[in-house]
Amino acid sequence: MSSGIEVVITGLGATTPLGGDVTSTWDALLAGKSGVSPMTHDWVEKYDLPVKIASQLVVDPTEVLPRVEARRLDRSEQVAVVASRQAWQDAGHDDDTVDRQRLAVIIGTGIGGAITLLTQDDLLEQQGLRKVSPLTVPMLMPNGPAAHVGLELKAQAGVHAPVSACASGAEAIAWGYRMIMSGEADVVVAGGAEACITAIPVAGFSQARTMSTRNDEPEKASRPFDTARDGFVLGEGAGIMVLERREFAEARGAKIYGRLAGIGTSADGYHITAPDPEGVGQSRAIAASLRSGGIDPSDVGHVNCHATSTPVGDVAETVAIRKAIGDHPVLTAPKGALGHLLGAAGAVEAIVTVLSIRDGIVPQTLNLENLDPAVSLDVVAGEPRKIKLDAAVNDSFGFGGHNVALAFTPA
Amino acid sequence: MSDNVLSGLAEIVEEVAGVAADDVTAEKSFVDDLDIDSLSMVEIAVQAEDKFGVKIPDDELANLKTVGDAVNYITSNK
Repeated sequence: MSSGIEVVITGLGATTPLGGDVTSTWDALLAGKSGVSPMTHDWVEKYDLPVKIASQLVVDPTEVLPRVEARRLDRSEQVAVVASRQAWQDAGHDDDTVDRQRLAVIIGTGIGGAITLLTQDDLLEQQGLRKVSPLTVPMLMPNGPAAHVGLELKAQAGVHAPVSACASGAEAIAWGYRMIMSGEADVVVAGGAEACITAIPVAGFSQARTMSTRNDEPEKASRPFDTARDGFVLGEGAGIMVLERREFAEARGAKIYGRLAGIGTSADGYHITAPDPEGVGQSRAIAASLRSGGIDPSDVGHVNCHATSTPVGDVAETVAIRKAIGDHPVLTAPKGALGHLLGAAGAVEAIVTVLSIRDGIVPQTLNLENLDPAVSLDVVAGEPRKIKLDAAVNDSFGFGGHNVALAFTPA
Repeated sequence: MSDNVLSGLAEIVEEVAGVAADDVTAEKSFVDDLDIDSLSMVEIAVQAEDKFGVKIPDDELANLKTVGDAVNYITSNK
């Protein structure tokens, strides 16, 4: 870029249905493990929900956080705090490494504190006003995950919370990129958090006919790009990366995972939930990420896809990839293993993309047995593929027609 | 001062705010010594009402600066 500013990644943190941190998540992904399992909540039977499976956290955040801290946080805030602490430590930051007025926190969520909202509504209904927690609002507000992490780190350059459904986590990272490029911050803790595996989101997504009902084979339910895919699997978790101005990171001797070279965002202007089947908006976001990163499409070796395992969405994305990049990139869809982490998905999958570049390996798309003939691109299946990457793109799209593409390059 | 009320209140403070029950002594200020914020005070008051069968209206709650103030209020109103 003409400004001379570059954005690099210096820290990673995550808690996911595949592991309680980044390393265990990455290892499980490469090992072909699934995060999907039956839900044991009593409301599944109570409401006779058609979906009885979900992609649930391996490590419950209440096992990691002190008891009193956990009871003051909604589950979506708990996972954000857990992943942020990992990322902050991984980046080698402490109280003195950055001026707090040059530090920002940007953490998105798709749904926010749904579990708190519903729990407190039950208390109001059944036991009256006195039993409603005075912490209800700070627990249910969708800026809660960002606010709690921002407070803990005393970030004062800005604390923000983009809400764009399943693009939220990626949008937070894009926002962080912009803050560093514009000179507003030197360091940004950015990502997404989601934890809404409870009755009404499951019922609502079911009624929209967007979720897999492969209840008898949970581990095979999420199968992006496969001919037998029948919808996404709801997941929970958080992914956080520490973004940093390169000069700032190098001056403090930080390790650098990779570079966030460019970002692109767009909106479909097409339908509230369905993607444009021509992939026009999505391809514009991808193309913009390459332009802003000064990357030639021919150099993009890999796309980490948003593909959620829905019949319509997966194919539309490949149309967009073909338009913006061509038919040469190697694709993968981590949701086959992770399920769909909604507002955390883009952040966790951005981390996977960064690790793919660092290690030169693209994870397989779990459960991809028969590639949908409408895809006709090279999708990694069966086992991970070794491939040296000069540039890779991570796609994220959300209900509402939000499109975000992040373009990463080696350190 | 009632030891039963003090120990019962200390249990609530430990549950809500994570302050060790042994540290909840009569002379301690909720805000200045035990670092309890206004939101946690509301939770503590509701739990104390249930536990001791008292009513603690908001204007009374505002006057309960120390643990001893709360114990005395509960003891004389239950």
